[in-house]
Amino acid sequence: MITLHDYDLSAEGYAVRLFLALLGQDYSLVPVEYYPAREHEGEAFRALNPLASLPVLVEGDLVLTEVAGILTYLAARHGGADWYPAGDAAQLGRIGDGLALAARLAASAGAVRLADGMMLPLDGAAARAEAKRLLRVIDEHLWFGEAAGNDWLCPGPRPSIADIACFPHIVLAEEGDIPLIDYPAIRRWLDRVRRLPGFVVMPGVFGA
Amino acid sequence: MIETGGIDPDTWNRWHVVGCHDELPTDGPRTTRLLGRAITVARRGAGADVRLGDGTPLPAQIAYGYVWTSLGTPGPLFELPEYAEADRRNLNGCSFGVRTSPPRAIENFLDMAHFPFVHTGILGEEDHPDVKDYDVAISADGREVVASNCLFYQPKAAAASTGGAEVSYRYRVPHPWCAVLYKDSPVKPGRMDVIALFIQPCGEEEIIANLALFILDDDTPLPALRRFQQQIFVQDKPILENQMPRRLPLYPRADSPVRADKASIAYRRWLRQLGTTYGVLS
Ligand SMILES: [Fe+2]
Repeated sequence: MITLHDYDLSAEGYAVRLFLALLGQDYSLVPVEYYPAREHEGEAFRALNPLASLPVLVEGDLVLTEVAGILTYLAARHGGADWYPAGDAAQLGRIGDGLALAARLAASAGAVRLADGMMLPLDGAAARAEAKRLLRVIDEHLWFGEAAGNDWLCPGPRPSIADIACFPHIVLAEEGDIPLIDYPAIRRWLDRVRRLPGFVVMPGVFGA
Repeated sequence: MIETGGIDPDTWNRWHVVGCHDELPTDGPRTTRLLGRAITVARRGAGADVRLGDGTPLPAQIAYGYVWTSLGTPGPLFELPEYAEADRRNLNGCSFGVRTSPPRAIENFLDMAHFPFVHTGILGEEDHPDVKDYDVAISADGREVVASNCLFYQPKAAAASTGGAEVSYRYRVPHPWCAVLYKDSPVKPGRMDVIALFIQPCGEEEIIANLALFILDDDTPLPALRRFQQQIFVQDKPILENQMPRRLPLYPRADSPVRADKASIAYRRWLRQLGTTYGVLS
């Protein structure tokens, strides 16, 4: 049985919950109060994850503490060839790039969203500028992809975990005062993700 | 004449909430904003010390679990007698920063019509969208707006709910930016839970929304109560932030039609009576 330690309003946690839903995987959720109690910084949680970050996925003896690792594991373990192209070295490399891109989005768009909503200290202007730089690159990438018949971040007929990892930070960017109106290809891509069978929302995200 | 920087007298001389007392840091003052000014709020035992950024002290009091201050000469704060009832649990459900004006947040809090579409499966259901007629009035002394006899079907009205129920509601708006909701307790029949929205006006389009709970629920653990409230509020946040104009129009205008909700109409009329110009378009 998969156990997910998570906070409802965590965009990273939502990436994992969304992927579990798309896979149709059951799991049990252990809520951790990131705000205001900062339960993830407490001793009990650090015993599970010394990095004091969310989410954490546990299955048997396996403990995973980063979205990239969690999604990779779930894709390889439960996703089959649809989600884990085991023999395709180039595609695996692209997916790895996409997961790292999601981490950059988390550190910019994701950080400013949390800081604004939860009154945390942050250089909001710098984070917003970096988020907009990333969104511009992603929008162009998707626009050229569409022109070549590709609907997803990595070329191919199906979405990958790169899409799942990036989606939460982008769909929630407006909470950090980053308007998505300037990124039309991104907005079309968000709608494609929303229409995936099994798609679930989180508070602040609306369905198709 | 006191220099208020263009802030209307009612706003200038009111008490305004500046945070939950329990959540103040223990290692120094919290820096925040009030009516466009930087302020600091420091814990002083059971009290608080509030100052402008330049060190000028401001009036401070603790009420209903929160710190209140004023830029001017405030009168008494509104009454909330339920806070003192021995069998209630009083807590801060959540505090979130939102890019909107104070009155837009109050208007959203008063509006039952959005429950089925924004709080689907919790405070409303898409196949029960109708708001039944209710009563609304400005009190005889002009000190608050009251809406009563509101009835609404809710699948999960509170953290302690075990199923859907027709829930009766009553609202008070005893402060331009504070609203108090009374709703049937799912635990103690005949009594009402009290949920209040206390808005910190950081700027005209920048607020901190505090949801205060004064509830009849001895069993639900504190984190679960906060979780329920956070989930609901975060559904409202994008709605509030996408409402344009961010300031509340006090008069119907061609480019921003005023919705025909009775509570909202009475609230706007009351703000006009008070002479409130902060956070509104008049
Ligand atoms: Fe709402």
